[in-house]
Amino acid sequence: MKRFFFLTMLVALTLAACAPKGPATLTVMTHDSFAVSAEVVKDFEQANNVKVTFIKSGDTGAALNKAILTKDAPLADLFYGVDNTFLSRALQAGIYEPYASPSLANIPAEFKLDPQNRALPVDYGDVCINYDKAYFAARNLPIPESLEDLTKPEYKDLLVVENPATSSPGLAFLLATVAHFGPEGYLKYWETLRENGVVVVDGWETAYYTNFSASSGRGPQPMVVSYASSPAAEVVFAETPLTESPTASIIAPGTCFRQIEFVGILKGTQQRVLAEKFVDFMLGVTFQEDMPLQMFMSPVNPAANLPEAFVQYAPAPEQPATLSPDLIAANRDRWIADWTEAVLR
Amino acid sequence: MRQRDNESASQRVGKSTQGGFAESLIRRIAPWLGVSLFLGLFFFCPLARILWLGLNPASLLTIAPDSLLIIRHSLLFTFYQACLSTLLTLLVGLPAAYLFARFDFRGKPLLRLLTAIPFMLPTVVAAAGFNALLGPRGWVNLGLMQLFGLESAPITFVHTLWAILFAHVFYNTTILIRVVGNALAHLDPRLEQAARILGADARRAFWQVTLPLLRPSILAASLLVFLFDFTSFGVILLLGGPRFATLEVEIYKQAIQIFNLPLAALLTFIQLLFTLAFSIVYGRIVTGVAVTTTPHTAQSNLRRARAWREKLFVGGMASLLLALFLLPMASLPLRSVARLEAARGERTAVGYDLTSNYYTELFVNRLDSLFYVPPFKALTNSLLYATMTVVLSLALGFPVASALARPGRLERFLDPFLMLPLGASAVTLGLGFIVAFNQPPLALIRSPLLVPIAHTLIALPFVIRSLQPALASIPDRLRQAATSLGASPLRTWFTVDWPIVSRATLAAAIFAFTVSLGEFGATALVSRPEYPTLPIAIYRFLSQPGGLNYGQAMDMATILMVVCGAGILLIERFRLPGAGEF
Amino acid sequence: MLQLLDIAKDYENRPLLRGISFTVAANETVCLLGASGSGKSTLLRIIAGLETCEQGTVAWQGQDLSSAPAHLRNFGLVFQDYALFPHLSVFKNVAFGLQMQNLSRPEIERRTREAMTQVNLSGFEQRHVTELSGGEQQRVALARALAPRPRLLMFDEPLGALDRALRDRLLDELRGILHATRVPAIYVTHDQEEAFAIADRVLLLHEGKIVRDGSPAEVWNEPGSAWAARFLGLGNIVEGVVRLKVETLKVETRAGGFVLRCGHAHQTGEKVNLLLRPSGVRLAADGNLRGVVTDVVFQQARFKVTLENGLYFYLPEAPKIGEAIAISIPPSEVHCLA
Repeated sequence: MKRFFFLTMLVALTLAACAPKGPATLTVMTHDSFAVSAEVVKDFEQANNVKVTFIKSGDTGAALNKAILTKDAPLADLFYGVDNTFLSRALQAGIYEPYASPSLANIPAEFKLDPQNRALPVDYGDVCINYDKAYFAARNLPIPESLEDLTKPEYKDLLVVENPATSSPGLAFLLATVAHFGPEGYLKYWETLRENGVVVVDGWETAYYTNFSASSGRGPQPMVVSYASSPAAEVVFAETPLTESPTASIIAPGTCFRQIEFVGILKGTQQRVLAEKFVDFMLGVTFQEDMPLQMFMSPVNPAANLPEAFVQYAPAPEQPATLSPDLIAANRDRWIADWTEAVLR
Repeated sequence: MRQRDNESASQRVGKSTQGGFAESLIRRIAPWLGVSLFLGLFFFCPLARILWLGLNPASLLTIAPDSLLIIRHSLLFTFYQACLSTLLTLLVGLPAAYLFARFDFRGKPLLRLLTAIPFMLPTVVAAAGFNALLGPRGWVNLGLMQLFGLESAPITFVHTLWAILFAHVFYNTTILIRVVGNALAHLDPRLEQAARILGADARRAFWQVTLPLLRPSILAASLLVFLFDFTSFGVILLLGGPRFATLEVEIYKQAIQIFNLPLAALLTFIQLLFTLAFSIVYGRIVTGVAVTTTPHTAQSNLRRARAWREKLFVGGMASLLLALFLLPMASLPLRSVARLEAARGERTAVGYDLTSNYYTELFVNRLDSLFYVPPFKALTNSLLYATMTVVLSLALGFPVASALARPGRLERFLDPFLMLPLGASAVTLGLGFIVAFNQPPLALIRSPLLVPIAHTLIALPFVIRSLQPALASIPDRLRQAATSLGASPLRTWFTVDWPIVSRATLAAAIFAFTVSLGEFGATALVSRPEYPTLPIAIYRFLSQPGGLNYGQAMDMATILMVVCGAGILLIERFRLPGAGEF
Repeated sequence: MLQLLDIAKDYENRPLLRGISFTVAANETVCLLGASGSGKSTLLRIIAGLETCEQGTVAWQGQDLSSAPAHLRNFGLVFQDYALFPHLSVFKNVAFGLQMQNLSRPEIERRTREAMTQVNLSGFEQRHVTELSGGEQQRVALARALAPRPRLLMFDEPLGALDRALRDRLLDELRGILHATRVPAIYVTHDQEEAFAIADRVLLLHEGKIVRDGSPAEVWNEPGSAWAARFLGLGNIVEGVVRLKVETLKVETRAGGFVLRCGHAHQTGEKVNLLLRPSGVRLAADGNLRGVVTDVVFQQARFKVTLENGLYFYLPEAPKIGEAIAISIPPSEVHCLA
């Protein structure tokens, strides 16, 4: 009886996995944060007579690792979500097929980090320090204007950052300090930051919702490493309609780090034509205009109009820090290890 | 007359020994078929695939020598915190088990339910609860600051070792209450009374009779608790903070963030070896003390507290449990209806105000997101997965637990391997699943059925460990009595075994149910957005800023707790015929 | 030595024991005899201190024990099914009570062996209690209770689960041990043969009360009530009506008329129960009791003959089934019951 049940399960499983489907299916592997409007996807499906399936596979690192581990028998036709901190690893692993999408022509060169067009930029986000406006106003405390300012005594115990070993914005902020102080100087900066009471937590959720004073968690720190778009999200997802965001980002030159997210066609896809269409679709205006409020990232396509909330509450930093993906790939493990030694031990 | 009886009996014996060898071999192996196939396919195969990727000779050489330091450091800390956590859990859990098994008091079912809920609480939610209570801006600290006019929080809890230990006690006490409490409830009360009459005071009777008789179940429960603490992940990350790293956390960092698969595989292997070693040692200890006693009705052991010392114990223990379990959890439903006006920004005086906005918002797909999770759908998915997990793990666990209850050499050998799924790194196993199941004939990776399968992997050790002591406690003569009265094997099972193990089966079912409801890792492993579960929904809300998101996450957490509580109540009420008699 | 005064106990809001009073003298074995559910085990547990009672006192040599917990009473109790410690060896089971007295190791050793010799268990020291037969387990339980030299021994249906031959043997041994140790004892059973075999005094417990208290012979001769006579299996109980009362009583029953002497004061026309003892009767053509034989069973050199009216008698020779017989019952075998 039990054996029978078990066998039935097995058969059902295998059938469920291999069942024939009606229209062609396009599978997109992404990280957990991917989001899109139902309407937008439906339009694409109707226009191309295709069913789009998404597989979410954990955070950026986990999703990429899974894509790499299955590169000989890919789970999907496309992989979206690798960012510039992981780009070299993805390219070295050779998971993508190049595709010189015509849509790339409209996109500024600063985003196109892979000259062979294996990974195509879709969106970007600036990892910036968010601050609690009310806190600073109530104390007449000036807003810090540089990374150096954060080591001043008046900002003692006021900043919470994420562990770069376990968090993507944490790594981005570490890279911002590397870009600003250089590979030789960043550790010294972190040591002073540590003396000034910087709080380190493992993930963005904890930092934002537990430690940050302006979030619903009402934590003790009025500054948190988050995204330049977070103040806009605070308004969109406010408990009661707000006319002003309770938070804002420090967008002074060199204080933010720009993350760029890429999509690519996975090697070995059986749906090359449809996959190309989907890449074009992601770079196109419809998706690019839909994406900001879904993922709170900014479109790389300059033709896309930014939603009102972004314009009003999420001004983009003018000179965000960047580092070349190759430099990041070569040094990230060592930087993280050294950082861990300097800040956590 | 008698003569003839003897003859026919000896004929029967002769017949069964002749053709019986193959038959008895099959009978010994049969209970293991399901589990071996299941574990082989869904545990050992993916694990072996991924470990081989990391641990083949070529890639082993890439492990840097200074990695040994990482291994040593994380191993030592893992041991240290797991030992402390287990001890603390025993310290709270044993008196709690005693309280539930021996005393009848008002609100007992509710308190019992309360202690079971944390087990399925996703770590993010539990961490939010602890923060609301003991965090730097938690009620306790805010209260103390207001009371004494302090500038900063007097209690540092989050990101200390204490937070880790406290959370582990919070999560795992229910294991002791279920496993040890069940054994205690069915212990023959006359043994303790015999000791009392022979001159033992209550204390000595407990230490010299009750405790030794409970040893197998205490050891079983301790092993489960220890393994849970040993492989702790979310609690370390969220409450321990970046300064603490267990093996599992280190595996995650190495495998996912640094992509050092060889080192991750090595760490996984070490963790597995230790799990196996603990299980073997446990098996050795337990076989030495296995005792069958005539099981007793749980009711006959129950009494109301009479003496002032008993009253003090019941009152004190119940209050302690209430504080330990209710306070951190109460903050969640409260938060789910309390609006914390972030815009006002006054930092010490927290302005609460009640709202049902979050709940109504749950049903609104504000941004027309493709991945919007309708709460009802998440709920039904969660329940469906949980039901499948209960059925599957009981179906697989029962034959094995029955075989283990009368262990032969085969059973003693295989027993420790059953515990391995608890000790395997979820991160590594997740990668193993991806490698093993992405191609036909087992292209399961995209099948939603993989979720209950993964949940069953985790629940199975609990199910087996809950059932085995109960099955082992049934004296053979009871079965023989039933058989000799003309009952068929099936009938014997239903009239003898079932009434005795029905309570243990309930405990096992509840374990499986809660494990499945709260599990996040395996669900996220291959999450098909079409099949969201409640924990997935919670994580989705918590991954974006905004008061509504936070409020909705708390809503979902509250729904999860209510569903879990209702599920447990339902399972406890659900009695098959005859189950109530024991 | 042990005095019980007016003990009352409720069970699930119904009175289980009502006004129980009796004493156990030094060196005396008292048997509590009653049907199952009559509360006799509960009474034992109250004496042992395992249960409390709503009313009444348990005293030892005049000293109230109500505040003394079980472990300080120094009573021994042999449980039904023995309740041996399954995690301890035979030796450790027997030594348990001595260890609780914190005796020296050699003393424990000596007295444990002594107790084990007393119950013929020498050589079983290291055996596991779960490996023992029922009779052996019973002996361990007895040795365990004896070893600490309790001032009172109690037995709760100790032989219930054993076969008849073994029961008889153990009963003899038990009587020997009780006489040798001179410990006062209370023995609870529902089996009147066991009770009569071991007791110096028998207490009959019925509906929460002691309905008869006397030596086995006294109870046998004067069971006191119809219930007691029936419970003890003393013979046929028949209801009759007093027809004539002079010096003797003439009672008319469905089985025939009887003339007997009775100590109780009865009025003419009153209903009485008669006990017709089944032995000491003979077949006689002019017998006052007639009936058709429905069953004949051979029993130890005599025959148990059952008649169609349900009455039974022991006769030296066997009539045929279906035969109509007449039996003569001597007046000494007819009693009137209260």
